Amino acid sequence: MTDQSYNFAYLDEQTKRMIRRAILKGVAVPGYQVPFASREMPMPYGWGTGGVQVTAACLTPDDTLKVIDQGADDTTNAVSIRKFFQRTAGVAVTEATTEATIIQTRHRIPETALTAGQILVYQVPIPEPLRFLEPRETETRKMHELEEYGLMHVKLYEDIARHGTIATAYDYPVRVEGRYVMDPSPIPKFDNPKLSDSPALQLFGAGREQRIYALPPFTHVVSLDFDDHPFVASKAPHDCDLCGAGESYLDEVITDDQGGRMFVCSDTDFCRSRVAAGHSGRLGAGGK
Amino acid sequence: MDFMQKSVAPSVETPLLSVQGLTKRYGARIGCADIGFDLFPGEVLGIVGESGSGKSTLLSCLAGHLAPDEGQVIFDTASGPRDTVTMPEAERRRMARTDWAYVHQNPRDGLRMGVSAGGNVGERLMAIGARHYGEIRETAVDWLGRVEIAADRIDDRPRAFSGGMQQRLQIARNLVTGPRLVFMDEPTGGLDVSVQARLLDLLRGLVREMGLSAIIVTHDLAVVRLLADRLMVMKGGYVVEQGLTDQVLDDPQHAYTQLLVSSVLQV
Repeated sequence: MTDQSYNFAYLDEQTKRMIRRAILKGVAVPGYQVPFASREMPMPYGWGTGGVQVTAACLTPDDTLKVIDQGADDTTNAVSIRKFFQRTAGVAVTEATTEATIIQTRHRIPETALTAGQILVYQVPIPEPLRFLEPRETETRKMHELEEYGLMHVKLYEDIARHGTIATAYDYPVRVEGRYVMDPSPIPKFDNPKLSDSPALQLFGAGREQRIYALPPFTHVVSLDFDDHPFVASKAPHDCDLCGAGESYLDEVITDDQGGRMFVCSDTDFCRSRVAAGHSGRLGAGGK
Repeated sequence: MDFMQKSVAPSVETPLLSVQGLTKRYGARIGCADIGFDLFPGEVLGIVGESGSGKSTLLSCLAGHLAPDEGQVIFDTASGPRDTVTMPEAERRRMARTDWAYVHQNPRDGLRMGVSAGGNVGERLMAIGARHYGEIRETAVDWLGRVEIAADRIDDRPRAFSGGMQQRLQIARNLVTGPRLVFMDEPTGGLDVSVQARLLDLLRGLVREMGLSAIIVTHDLAVVRLLADRLMVMKGGYVVEQGLTDQVLDDPQHAYTQLLVSSVLQV
């Protein structure tokens, strides 16, 4: 039941129009950070204010919404944002990736391949990939303008010099269509290959930093690397203990103080549907 | 690596840098006015003058950090002489990464203090497209050796270096891409005399060995005596005297130059 004291999807129509214009510009220039007039949202910065505004601007009454937080549908951030849109927009919600038309996500891309017509909305804390190397905004804008991206490799060089390998495991910088270097939001680098050539539209919203950027469907995205230290999409070298999946990204869960631990799919919907289909892992219902 | 070995045929006829009528004003005040000179390949030009004489303004204009109000700065690029004042910013910045180098007075301005020595030296290589970690590191080790920094310091941050080492690291970082023209703003300022002497010795060696052209701004006459072939003396934004270094220092003609030369303290 929609709360009638709010406009559909919380934001007023002029604000949504402004955000849609920014999204259109972002789609037209893949990877380019479009400034927009980010609004105060009824949640703190860092809880996905950028993603929520992008989702609000994209939602229609016919949409089905799914919200992911670190791969899970049932953690605080996911639950509160899902409830927020249930209350202010009255849209249908789901936990199944395949049924959703809009998926707002924090830190993961679903394991199930996305399809045409779906929109994936990322929550972005810091949209500027060069920020920690170059603190001046004027200078980073100039560097994007002139395609001066050597500095991004300095970061990777430092990783190898210090750790012997590229130790950046999330927030791994990518280059979009050979032009803009983009921060993919803090998704694990395991998910980076899924950014490229996806049939779904991918939108990125940073509320505090007031930036929106986008990857239109079938955009070519390359993770940066060195010739002699190529990009590797890493994950924990285990199978899921519940569903037995060997190809999904895993969370490590400490189960007791005796060193007991288990690895489970971070994507809860993926894991649940595999268990429902009869798959089982080391600690799963069928494996005991 | 191939970008290290680009050799430029020295053409003695065309100047590497030709400056005409260069003027920079700060409102009603002048920074520098009506500067003109030619710098030929392999030549080292010293610019001396007191604080506020416009020498740093001039250097910034030449290096493209400041936009001059009038005049031309014509650089002999690979594709022929070009006016760097009117060329697109993208090209100017590309040139600043390849053909030019800029050594700041304070190494903190020229180095990335949060990045290791190797990363600092490698940055310019990566900026022009080097993508092989092993080769970048090899080049960095080679250059640290050339500026007398031990190879085992390659992963230390510049913060852990002494002032003299920081300055030498900055020089390595700038020269790694084999520039043809080096701008130096008080390269020995803030260093004690024995470290200064080593640095000057190193600079002189590198400049001669690589056939660099350089423009050195300083207020230290001993530095220009040692490094510079030619000398320009500035006062109040104008060049008051120029000529061969020994000639200007040993037989100063302008009253200000005479004052400057006679002001040097003798030990």
